[in-house]
Amino acid sequence: MSQPVISVRDLVKTYGKVEAVRGIDLEVGPGEIFGFLGPNGAGKSTTISILCTLIRPTSGVAEVAGFDVRENPSAVRARIGLVFQDPSLDGQLTGRENLEFHAYLYGLPAATRKQRIDDALAIVDLVDRAGSTVMTYSGGMRRRLEIARGILHYPQVLFLDEPTLGLDPQTRNNIWEYLHAVRHREHITIFMTTHYMDEAEFCDRIAIIDQGKIVALGTPAELKTKVGGDVVTITTPDIGAAADQLRSVMHLESTQIDGTLRVEVSDSASFVPRLFSELTVPISAVSARRPSLDDVFLKLTGREIREQANTSLDTMRRMGRMWGGGGRR
Amino acid sequence: MSEQALTAAPSTHAPSVNIRGATLRAIIIIWRRDLIRYWRDRTRVLGSLAQPILFLFVFGSGLSSALRGSTGGLGGSGSSLQYVQFIFPGIIGMSVLFTSIFGAMSIVWDREFGFLKEVLVAPIHRSAVAIGKTLGGASQAMIQGLVILVLAPLVGVKLTVVGVAELVPAIFLFAFALSALGVAVAARMRTMQGFQVVMNFLMMPLFFLAGALFPLTGNLPAWLLVLTRLDPASYGIDALRRIVLTASGLPSQVVHGFAVTLFGWTVSLWVELAVLVAFGLLMMGLAVYGFRQRD
Repeated sequence: MSQPVISVRDLVKTYGKVEAVRGIDLEVGPGEIFGFLGPNGAGKSTTISILCTLIRPTSGVAEVAGFDVRENPSAVRARIGLVFQDPSLDGQLTGRENLEFHAYLYGLPAATRKQRIDDALAIVDLVDRAGSTVMTYSGGMRRRLEIARGILHYPQVLFLDEPTLGLDPQTRNNIWEYLHAVRHREHITIFMTTHYMDEAEFCDRIAIIDQGKIVALGTPAELKTKVGGDVVTITTPDIGAAADQLRSVMHLESTQIDGTLRVEVSDSASFVPRLFSELTVPISAVSARRPSLDDVFLKLTGREIREQANTSLDTMRRMGRMWGGGGRR
Repeated sequence: MSEQALTAAPSTHAPSVNIRGATLRAIIIIWRRDLIRYWRDRTRVLGSLAQPILFLFVFGSGLSSALRGSTGGLGGSGSSLQYVQFIFPGIIGMSVLFTSIFGAMSIVWDREFGFLKEVLVAPIHRSAVAIGKTLGGASQAMIQGLVILVLAPLVGVKLTVVGVAELVPAIFLFAFALSALGVAVAARMRTMQGFQVVMNFLMMPLFFLAGALFPLTGNLPAWLLVLTRLDPASYGIDALRRIVLTASGLPSQVVHGFAVTLFGWTVSLWVELAVLVAFGLLMMGLAVYGFRQRD
C-alpha cells in the first residue's frame, strides 16, 4: 500500500467509565472504499467522528490526509468531505443553492465554482432537479445531493456515516452505484460505516468492529474464508437432540439461530446425505449456501448483527427522512 | 477549533486560502442564505402585518378614545398627539424585536434539523456563524420594520424622505442589537423546548419594558423606571419615536417630552444609537463565545 490516507494507531475513546473505542489500528490507502461494519453501539460512529475531528480521542493517534486530527483539525476538515448519518440539507434552498452554500464555506475559487457545482450535480444525476427546493426531493435524491456536496471541495477522503440508513433496498443499491462513480471520477478515498452486512460486499476492504475493537479486517472474500466452507441450516422439531447428535456422531459444533441449527462444513454436497443417514432425529428442512458476511460476524462475535439493527432511533430517523427533513423550516 | 492558517496542501485542488478570508466569505453566505429563505417565504412578510394592525387599530384606537376622554391628549394638555401616533414607532419596534428574536431562533431549528452541522464542521472560524446569523436576522428585522411604514398614512403619521432615510440606519442598528441578543441565547439552546421560555422571559419583558405602549417618563414607579432603563429596546424605540414624530411635524418639546432620561439627563439620539451598537457588539461577543464553547 502506498502512503496511507487514513492512519490510526491504538485509538481509544472513553466517556467516563464507558469505553466506546478500545484500541483501534487501521490504515486506508488512496482510492480505497473502506467499510466499517458493526452493530449499533460498536464504536463505529465514535471512530468516524474522531477521524472527522468532531470528537477528540482520549488517547492514540489518528492522521487523515497527512494531518493529525488532534493537532491540526482545520487542515483535516479542509481535506475531507462528510455525509452525516442524519440529513443536513436546507430544505428551503434549491439543490444548487445548497451546493453554492458549501462552495462558499469551503472557499472554492469563484472562477471554477459554477463548473464544479455542475460537475458534482452531474455525477449524482441531479442536474434536472437542481433548481427545485430540497423539500421536494425524495430520500434517495437528498442522499445523492449530500454526496455531491461532500465531494464538492475536492476532498481527499469522503466520510459517510450510515449513508444508506432508512433507504429502501433499491435506493440503497442506487446510492452504491453513485459512490463507485464518485470514486472512479474523483480518485477519492471513501470511508463509510454501515450495519448492513450485504453492503460491505461493495467495499474493497472492511473492518468488522464489535464492542470498541476490530475483530476482523480484510477484503470481503478474505473474511468469508474465515467461516470455512459452506453454511448449512437445519430445521428440526428437536433442536437439542439434533445438536447433541451432531456433536457426538458427526463431531460438529452447531449454533442455534432463530429455532434452527447452523453448522459450517467444507463441502455441503457430500455433507447433506451423511446428515440424513447418521442422525436419528427427524429433519424437516436443510439448506446450504455460501457464507455471507453475516455468517462472518456471527462466527466472530457469536451474535447476529441484525438483532440490534433496528432501534427506535432508526425508525425515528426514517420517519424524519420520510417527512422531509423538517418540511417547512 | 484552531485558527492556524491552512498549510501547504498536498492535493492540487485543496483550498489553501487563509482562514480570515474563508470566514469573511462564510459570513456573507450565511447572511445570504437567511435572506434567500426570507424572500422565499413572502407570505410571512404580509402575515407579519396582521399583529401590528391589531395593535395599532384595535388597541391603539381603543386606548386613544379612552385617553381623550380623561386627559385630553398625550404629552401634556393642548398637544395634538394621538395615542395611535405615539405607539406607531413602538409598533415598528415590536416588529423589529419579534423578527430579530425569531430570526435568531432559526439557529435552533438548524441545529435540530442538522443543517447547523454542515456549517460547524466547515474549516471556518466559529465567529462566522454568530456574525452571519446576526446580520441575517438584523436584515430581515429591518425589512419587517420598514414594511410597517406602509401603515403610517392610516394613523396620521407623515413620512418624509429625510425621515425614512434616518429610519433605515436606526432600525438596522436596533435590529442588529436584538438579533445579536437572540443569537447569543440561541447559541446556547439545544432544543426547541426552550423556545417558549425565551418567548415568555425574554421577548415579552423586552417589549413591555421598552416604552412601545406607554411613555417611559413621568410618574412610573421607581422599580419600573429602573427596569425600563435596563432594557436595550427602550433606547431603540425611543430613537425610532424621535425620528418618526419629528418627521411628522410635531413640536420638538412634545417629542423630547417622551425621551428616555438617565439620572435626570435626557439621552440624545446619538447616545441611544451608541447604546444599541455597544449592546449589539457585546452580545455578538457572547454569541461567538457560545458557539466556540459548544458542539
